[in-house]
Amino acid sequence: MKRYTIFVITENFIGILNRITIIFTRRGINIDALTASESSVDGIHRITIEVTTSEEMVVHLVNQIEKIIDVIKAFYHEDSGVVYQEIALYKIPVARLDGSLEKIIRQHHAKIISAEQEFVVLEVAGHKEQTQELLEILKGYGLLEFARSGRVAVAKRMRTIDQYLS
Amino acid sequence: MKEESMIRGADIVVQSLIAEQAEIIFGYPGGAIMPVYDALYDYHEQIKHVLTRHEQGAIHAAQGYARVSGKVGVCLATSGPGATNLITGLADAQIDSTPLVCITGQVAAHLLGTDAFQETDVVGISMPGTKWNIQVRRVEDIAPAIAKGFYIARSGRPGPVLIDITKNAQVDFGQMNYTPCLGFRSYKVHQPIDPNAIQKASELIKQAKRPYLLFGQGVVLGKAETELKFFLDKTGIPAASTLLGSGALSEDHPNYVGKLGMHGNYAPNLLTNQCDVLIAVGMRFDDRVTGDLKRYAKQAKVIHLELDAAEINKNVKVEVGVLGDCKESLSMLTEAVEQGSHPEWLGKFRELEQMEKEAVMQHDITPTKVGLTMGEVISQINRYKADDAVLVTDVGQHQMIAWRYFHYKKTRTQITSGGLGTMGFALPAALGAQLHDYSRQVICVVGDGGIQMTIQELGAIMQTKAPVKIVLLNNNYLGMVRQWQQMFFDKRYSFTELDNPDFIKLAEAYGIKAQKVTERNTLTESIEDMLIHDGPYFLEVVVEKEDNVFPMIATGCSVEEVRLS
Repeated sequence: MKRYTIFVITENFIGILNRITIIFTRRGINIDALTASESSVDGIHRITIEVTTSEEMVVHLVNQIEKIIDVIKAFYHEDSGVVYQEIALYKIPVARLDGSLEKIIRQHHAKIISAEQEFVVLEVAGHKEQTQELLEILKGYGLLEFARSGRVAVAKRMRTIDQYLS
Repeated sequence: MKEESMIRGADIVVQSLIAEQAEIIFGYPGGAIMPVYDALYDYHEQIKHVLTRHEQGAIHAAQGYARVSGKVGVCLATSGPGATNLITGLADAQIDSTPLVCITGQVAAHLLGTDAFQETDVVGISMPGTKWNIQVRRVEDIAPAIAKGFYIARSGRPGPVLIDITKNAQVDFGQMNYTPCLGFRSYKVHQPIDPNAIQKASELIKQAKRPYLLFGQGVVLGKAETELKFFLDKTGIPAASTLLGSGALSEDHPNYVGKLGMHGNYAPNLLTNQCDVLIAVGMRFDDRVTGDLKRYAKQAKVIHLELDAAEINKNVKVEVGVLGDCKESLSMLTEAVEQGSHPEWLGKFRELEQMEKEAVMQHDITPTKVGLTMGEVISQINRYKADDAVLVTDVGQHQMIAWRYFHYKKTRTQITSGGLGTMGFALPAALGAQLHDYSRQVICVVGDGGIQMTIQELGAIMQTKAPVKIVLLNNNYLGMVRQWQQMFFDKRYSFTELDNPDFIKLAEAYGIKAQKVTERNTLTESIEDMLIHDGPYFLEVVVEKEDNVFPMIATGCSVEEVRLS
């Protein structure tokens, strides 16, 4: 079992995400995280899926995803083959702001992106381990809400979307 | 075809089908598809419609038509229950790679998601069971969707497509400007064969002492029957067929050694674990073929000629995967290999075949006991059938026996539900196969369980006068389940015995000539009567109640553990 990032480059059609996720559901594979967004090319979407499974299974999943008619290309990498980032938001009550929290914010390169009368929102971008570490600390500061994005990633391999389209 | 004036979406649907050279639609009307049915009224000279008695009957008929003709089967149904009744057929066509375009009506776009009358999310429901599906909500999207649908259904590895059209799109007016689809960027159909793979494969074959070829339906779908024959003629390699591959090679071919799988022949299964090079052509190593994968052909180097990239290395790890159309790869491979023959190795197959003959076939074909066997019925059919007769079977004991004993000589003569194992498939599929060509002999062999799942289609046979020859092998049991109960569940016959209706009266109620055989001495004559009869015919043969199908590879066993009893 290893962590893999699956990249899917696809036409932007209704239902495509459903078609992809049922491939995982059918085989009882849990998706750790998923992000979908427009790519740099008009009309083309890219979907990034993080999954923990065997290499044999990830090959099988990618083959099945690539069979979907509207999918242009699907491929996978281990963590070492990708540059990736996640973003996390932490909502902390204003009453708990003190000197020790300032130190934590500095140490974790967190930013205060919003300050309201009752709370502030901190933002950290990084790998899951980093955002998780801060989460554990902030639980001690009356954390009100926490949200973490799925992985956004680019492959280290030198290929562009245009190459998949031609 | 170009027309500048605006026409209704429903007319665009029908004209698009005609533009795709669809000759026949199998369907059932209802509220949300009524505009298309209204349009069909005007086109009855250009396109035929067959009213089945259930949407499942319509889709199985379309499958039968597609399988026998190689064309795209077309199916029409309404929204809600009409659409959900197609699901079994879609799943069946998906797993057996049958090209279909199914058009369903849908509630008007403004009602979507409101739980309107007969609204169901058929696009969502059918997603795992279709090669592609789409909902069309605007009249201008109808023709492009149908064009794309036909292209996807018939190209690459074929499969079913569902197009759901909202009622507003059917009644709105739009331009008919039909452009056939010739491809699009996310779907690459033609993969050039890798010459290196051919080179590697040919080297393995050259060195092989005991090479063995398995062929599946891919040979039929890829129209590579002649290429397969040439390859076998040149190399002298023994060849065995999967369930759906039967017919791709004439069983009279000197290299043909029989059938693979759970109830296939003895030698082809057993010797899978003795070959040194295994060449798989257009087949997908289904679990019913391989038995226990951990003990399947481990000694062999496997070469897999396959169109679908996802199939290579899916179940069996291969030495050489040759991706692409087997029509091309087989002829390239034939070119690359040397003339050869394997008389000793082939002799081993013949030796084991003799054992199967003595242990199993003799009993099946020339039984000594009083009751009739399914095997003798099929062997009598062989005596009188036409060379190109199409055999349509349902699922169960009769399916395995008919497959084992039917003498396949021509391609596209084997129509059965292979992957999904859909009981109720045969009767409507036989109707569809027959409607492709009224003059072709279509023999529908079915059990007393399966026929009652879609028996209403006797109505469609009556109405179309399709001269289908229905052979009901009646043992008053769900025979295959009963066999498993006998072998693996201590003979606890839990809900497998059937109290059946008077099938003869039932067939006659539909105006179909019917006859019942209970004694051996009238069997041959009855089969002859049936096959020369001009029109549909229903022959019920009462067979031994508790016969079993052998050979058998029990679940979890290896191919070399194939049992003769």
